[in-house]
Amino acid sequence: MATVELSLTRRELIASVLGAAVAQSACKDTQPRSPVPGAIVDRAVHAGHALREGSLPLHTGPFRSVDVAIVGAGVAGLSAAWRLAAAGVQDVVVCELEAHEGGTARGGRNHVGAFPWGAHYLPTPLHDTGPVMRLLHELGAVEGVDARGRPHFAEHVLISEPEERLFFKGAWYEGLYLRAGASAEDLAQLARFESRMAAFAAARDARGRKAFAVPVAHSSDDGEWTALDLLTMAQWMAQAGFTSRRLQWLVDYACRDDFGTTPESTSAWAGVWYFAARQEGAGGRAEGYLSWPEGNARLVAQLARSVTPRQWLRSTLVHTLEPMDGGCRVHAVDTATGAPVGLMARQVVFCGPRFVAARVLAPWRKAPPAWLSAFTYAPWVVANLTVSAPPQGRGFPLAWDNVLHESRSLGYVVAGHQEERQARNGTCVLTWYYPFADTDPRAGRTRMLSAGYEEWEALVMADLLRPHPELAHTAERLEVMRWGHAMVRPTPGLLWGEARRAAQASVGAVHFAHTDLGGIALFEEANHFGVRAAESALADLGRKVESWL
Amino acid sequence: MNRSLLFVSVLVIATCGLVYELIASTLASYLLGDSVTQFSTVIGVYLFAMGVGSWLSRFVERGLAQRFVEVELAVALVGGGCAPLLFASFTFTDAFRVVLYGSVLVVGTLVGLEIPLLLRILKDQVRFKELVSQVLTFDYLGALAASLLFPLLLVPRLGLVRTSLLFGLLNAAVGLWSTWLLAPVLPAVERLRVKAVVVVAVLLVGFGYADRMTAWSEEGVYPDEVVFARSSPYQRIVMTRGARGFSLFLNGNLQFTSVDEYRYHEALVHPAFLRAGSVRRVLVLGGGDGLAVREALRYPEVERVTLVDLDAAITSLATGYVELAELNGDSLKDARVEVRNEDALRFLAEDTGLYDVVLVDFPDPNNFSLGKLYTTRFYGLLKKRLAPDGVAVIQSTSPLFARRSYWCVDTTLKAAGFWTEPYHALVPSFGEWGFILAAHTERPHVRELPQGLRFLSRELLPTLTLFPADMSPLPAEVNRLNNQVLVHYYEEEWRRWN
Ligand SMILES: Cc1cc2nc3c(=O)[nH]c(=O)nc-3n(C[C@H](O)[C@H](O)[C@H](O)COP(=O)(O)OP(=O)(O)OC[C@H]3O[C@@H](n4cnc5c(N)ncnc54)[C@H](O)[C@@H]3O)c2cc1C
Repeated sequence: MATVELSLTRRELIASVLGAAVAQSACKDTQPRSPVPGAIVDRAVHAGHALREGSLPLHTGPFRSVDVAIVGAGVAGLSAAWRLAAAGVQDVVVCELEAHEGGTARGGRNHVGAFPWGAHYLPTPLHDTGPVMRLLHELGAVEGVDARGRPHFAEHVLISEPEERLFFKGAWYEGLYLRAGASAEDLAQLARFESRMAAFAAARDARGRKAFAVPVAHSSDDGEWTALDLLTMAQWMAQAGFTSRRLQWLVDYACRDDFGTTPESTSAWAGVWYFAARQEGAGGRAEGYLSWPEGNARLVAQLARSVTPRQWLRSTLVHTLEPMDGGCRVHAVDTATGAPVGLMARQVVFCGPRFVAARVLAPWRKAPPAWLSAFTYAPWVVANLTVSAPPQGRGFPLAWDNVLHESRSLGYVVAGHQEERQARNGTCVLTWYYPFADTDPRAGRTRMLSAGYEEWEALVMADLLRPHPELAHTAERLEVMRWGHAMVRPTPGLLWGEARRAAQASVGAVHFAHTDLGGIALFEEANHFGVRAAESALADLGRKVESWL
Repeated sequence: MNRSLLFVSVLVIATCGLVYELIASTLASYLLGDSVTQFSTVIGVYLFAMGVGSWLSRFVERGLAQRFVEVELAVALVGGGCAPLLFASFTFTDAFRVVLYGSVLVVGTLVGLEIPLLLRILKDQVRFKELVSQVLTFDYLGALAASLLFPLLLVPRLGLVRTSLLFGLLNAAVGLWSTWLLAPVLPAVERLRVKAVVVVAVLLVGFGYADRMTAWSEEGVYPDEVVFARSSPYQRIVMTRGARGFSLFLNGNLQFTSVDEYRYHEALVHPAFLRAGSVRRVLVLGGGDGLAVREALRYPEVERVTLVDLDAAITSLATGYVELAELNGDSLKDARVEVRNEDALRFLAEDTGLYDVVLVDFPDPNNFSLGKLYTTRFYGLLKKRLAPDGVAVIQSTSPLFARRSYWCVDTTLKAAGFWTEPYHALVPSFGEWGFILAAHTERPHVRELPQGLRFLSRELLPTLTLFPADMSPLPAEVNRLNNQVLVHYYEEEWRRWN
């Protein structure tokens, strides 16, 4: 059996990706171990190349005519399909590059159970309004609504306690903020930070809009708060005198976890938004987080029920959109057979990210839009590790989210956490997350893709063996997904600058939707823009509908 | 050289050797269960190791006396430390068996070296005929002493950890003493004495901390002799036997003691039966020991009892362990009883039947997995399975020791839409214990108590619902999956009593 030995370069790799602490303990571990069997499971990288080179053949007809062509079956595309179905539009086609829908909210399944490949939770909405609540009602996740319009959710879809634990110097602690050993000054700063965020949460503008709301489009555009978008979160922290290392760790973790960025590269508006958008201020707070073993793939499945088998064009790469009188031509290829596909759509809802839109829309291919460079994307790696026994460790017991304080990874989530009582020796799946937050996204992407299975296995295991040495024996299989453009980065100026506004405008019969139009990678943003684009298409089709937004 | 003193050493050495062997086998059967296997494998390995030691003695050419003293000191350290070491390895590592057989091998080998070395040291001074007879006589006498002292005096009085350290000290004393006895043939006496003193000091310190070490380990948990121990995928199951009958522990928490379990199970079962409209269909959640089922089967109207207990190890213990099967009256073998080894939450979510009486008898909510079984989610599912005139009862920990926890269960049941009636009973081995009746609406008594009860009576029943001031209701939050407040209350409250 082959064994993994840590070469010098391997150590350097671990240090540069996960940090010195992980590399150090990986080196101490001189015992050779057999590598965990597994594979890299991402495939779509090739399609990206084909698009970039523009080498794909245009379809020459005949063109199948449809009322609406939706390109991309992520949350945005499926939300658009859902909106159209509700309006009774049936002549719809949904083109998706992958064989399965879901995009970055896709889920997987093996003999142990379901697990997420990307998005894994949804914070509970504060009010019983908007399309996300409509979807949650459809899903049967809502138990009732109180007199003040606040929804209550079915207990089994709210993330069960214990929600989070933190690994620090050999033991696990409850929660995300490291209270053990915090000084009086640390705790005072935490309290001050929390009250600043509660004040931001309570803030409303003259029109009664929340200063920081979900989706971002519902937030106030008043300069009093949008001015924060010109600072980085790190600058804001410094200006506000938040010098506590523990607090800085919490904010750094928040930025990496939600945006794939560091406080040094995150807009202060986005940083504050993370802490303030989910609460009302004045005590009102979201009930918690909704989650399922397969993560947000459960929501994807619910949305996808509105797409009929005939409407699907899976494994279909749309490479060119040619807007013309009376609609838009859609040129695509079947990625399985290489056969060209052509549609003549009266309306197109394009639900891929900006950098793809810029390559696909024929006019933009010649003259790239000015806003393009404002949109940058953090690469992420998600790994699912099947283990024969749930990991435990010293201190606080296994939680849903298990965070490693001294590592640059985000730790792991236990996919089966919401299930019934777990056996101490039962199999389960751990979902490990790593954002390339510390490097320039392009450099991160190169590093991520140049590392193959062997390197990623070494990285994931180096990270997880620190808290759980027993994984050397209990790890059964590892699958790794490398997301090249996982999350749009809310860098200073993106959220309230001109680029994002300009990018939202339709071009002829082509309407755009994707979470990146919100400047933040989030279910609610993708859903908002999907519904919004579908409603624009409906209006252009001459259908009068009441907006869900 | 004083010969009789040397023979006393032989006696001590032999006693020590056997004691270590007994400690290892006892500990192995405490912790791993199945004493026959543990005793025979440990003894087998030990004897084999002694053989190895005797064989190895041939390679000791010079400095016999010095080697002998060193072997004594090594046995003292390893043998004396074996009980604390084994307990610690069981509690803190996964390598208990490796440590067990490893230490048995080491101690056995060292003990195996002792007698051959001694025989060779003495061979020039005593006639061979006499030597062999004397040494072996004392050797076997020592073995006899050990095998009598160990169960009668040592384990009950000192416990395993202290016994082990004590005999380590005796071994070390022999080592130290031999430096005088064998002084004429020892080259570097001073150095050996220093070593011996260090070993004695280490063991003495250990002896001083024995209580604390014991408290860590399982030995401290069980007051009585362990007669059965086994780890299932879900929990550690231990049965002990003592003057007050036998007891079942799950993960170290007492589930019942045979002398007074009737108080607990009568109080758990009958108040619900008295009020249920019909008692044809009974559901028991938890309670795999079969004792609650025994009480339920007292009612001839009962047609079917469904027992749902996650752990097959418990339900098979209830039918297969003779004394327990006698205690529960072979209830789980009754034709009316169906045993299902499933998670109760999942069972409730998937089952479609209705039940007239539901007995909820889970271990206390001392961890998050058990806490799930006390949430509004769980009670909401339970409510769907309860017949319109049905009654459920929930064992709800002690209203005296864990007052807020107890009332938290009541609050949670009410939040799930139940009418409730809290009551309590005194079960000496537990203390004041609490239960809560739950039904869709208030239920009157519609049935008489069965014959043959030893605790409950018609007159006693109304007094059980009276709560003295120190157990009276406390405000508590509703226990939900996403807050698990009960686990936090429980931990905080029981910590105060421990
Ligand atoms: C690792 C990770 C974790 C996350 N965690 C969370 C979370 O916990 N909660 C949360 O709310 N959000 C999370 N997100 C954000 C998540 O991205 C959004 O919630 C949401 O899923 C975005 O959906 P989308 O439809 O806008 O984009 P995408 O998911 O990018 O979907 C776009 C789809 O379009 C397809 N496509 C693109 N171009 C073409 C083309 N030319 N032809 C055909 N098809 C095409 C793609 O294959 C894809 O299926 C996470 C993201 C990642 C990467």
